[in-house]
Amino acid sequence: MTGSAPALSVRGVTVRYDDVLALDDVTVEIGHGTVCGLLGTNGSGKSTLFKTVTGMLAPERGSVLVHGMPPARARRRGLLGYVPQSEQVDWAFPVRVVDVVMMGRYGHMGPTRRPREADRAAVAEALERTDLAGLAHRQIGALSGGQRKRAFVARGIAQGASLFLLDEPFAGVDKRSEATIVEVLRAMRDAGATLLVSTHDLAGVAGFCDEAVLLQRHVVARGTPEDVLTPERLLRAFGLDEREGAR
Amino acid sequence: MTAVVEWFTVPFGFEFMQRALLVSVLAGVVCAVLSCWMTLIGWSLMGDAISHAVLPGVVLSYMLGLPFALGALAFGAGSVAMIGVVNRTSRVKEDAAIGIVFTALFAVGIVLLSKFPSNTDLKHILFGNPLGVRDLDIVQILVMAALTLAVVAVKHRDLTLFAFDPTHAHAIGLSPRRLEALLLGLLSVTVVIALQAVGIIMVVAMVIIPGATAYLLTDRFERMLLISVAVSVAAAVLGTYASFHLDVAPGGAIVIAQALAFTAAYLCAPRHGVLARRAAGRRAARA
Repeated sequence: MTGSAPALSVRGVTVRYDDVLALDDVTVEIGHGTVCGLLGTNGSGKSTLFKTVTGMLAPERGSVLVHGMPPARARRRGLLGYVPQSEQVDWAFPVRVVDVVMMGRYGHMGPTRRPREADRAAVAEALERTDLAGLAHRQIGALSGGQRKRAFVARGIAQGASLFLLDEPFAGVDKRSEATIVEVLRAMRDAGATLLVSTHDLAGVAGFCDEAVLLQRHVVARGTPEDVLTPERLLRAFGLDEREGAR
Repeated sequence: MTAVVEWFTVPFGFEFMQRALLVSVLAGVVCAVLSCWMTLIGWSLMGDAISHAVLPGVVLSYMLGLPFALGALAFGAGSVAMIGVVNRTSRVKEDAAIGIVFTALFAVGIVLLSKFPSNTDLKHILFGNPLGVRDLDIVQILVMAALTLAVVAVKHRDLTLFAFDPTHAHAIGLSPRRLEALLLGLLSVTVVIALQAVGIIMVVAMVIIPGATAYLLTDRFERMLLISVAVSVAAAVLGTYASFHLDVAPGGAIVIAQALAFTAAYLCAPRHGVLARRAAGRRAARA
């Protein structure tokens, strides 16, 4: 990793879909070993920011650096781990948990992606750390909501990612699973990983985030969760008027 | 018993039956392999589109005396590109773009075909006729099948990753767009391989039904591939024999055999079949 560069540096990023401004001059910087909550309503630009960080979208203006390098190089080095939203996954897909986690290793493999001993060891360790070793041979959809999330976290661990993007990891997850996910996220942070977690669950944020960013196409506030989650700021981001807030 | 054996052995004495079996089994294998990804991604309309769009290419190849695969592949790839362009550069949605492009190209093929009504070979392209394949056709099919299976053997894990989670593929530095293009290319070649076995109109069955049947029978991708190939080969053999004994269209017979296999899986699959699901529902209601 390149010395003192932040794990993620987003500077002055503007993204537009046709005529719609999705991100307006967004600047976010996240240091190593930090859990950062990305808060905002639906349509606030959380997903767009994720897509810009992974390089799926090219910003109209501004720059993104992951560990001081452009996203393309960070991707090739396997530094970016992505945990998708539940709705984006086909849970009936005929893959087992161990197959999903092995997909994290593809960037380290030869062109046919035939696993070697090191790959198997990395997968086994990732399954162990996420407490999924006993479920490795289940079909991915046969897991509970929390276990499913952990399987994708395990994929990122097996990959050796150092910046994790988690898209709504607590949506549709019961309280007990939420607690185990938070535990895994903390352990990942303590092992040096950086996590950007998008969520609209404001209540849980202070519990597991070191920092928070409040997004409403532009950055409304960033800092510690206590600083960010003030009533007037939340009103600005979530309740521009009563009807908006009710959604 | 001897009657059953003879049902298989007697037709096999004819050279045209041997060729028909070779062509339909080969097409069955390649289609079955591709059908697993088609089913999982939901690309049945794409398979239908490419197969119809190749018609003008096939007719032009015959007019110019070229191998039919050349024209078919050119129009197959061209149709995919045109669908992409119409989709990206207008507000028309993808399924509409597919519907417009493939029917338009198919219409061009039909008009060209109507100018050359004497050529019976070309009629076979519409409905399939593995009983009438020539040596040059067999060579083309063998080469395309070998190439397709070789590429799949090398790239199958990447294709499955693309089908399952293209965003992750992108995040680890692979190119989902290139993998998509590869899979569309393989689909185009596969469709052309199956043209003479079942014909343009029914090719889509070959690239969907075996995979969909296997999908009902397993939760493991490797097993899905094996089951899909087994279903497809069995249907190709039974369909071709049925066509000999009953004197019916071979393409139709093969697709009906596949449809019967699907129906059996749809009803009786151990976990995902309709009957098993009902029984599970009743057990849950009692508990």
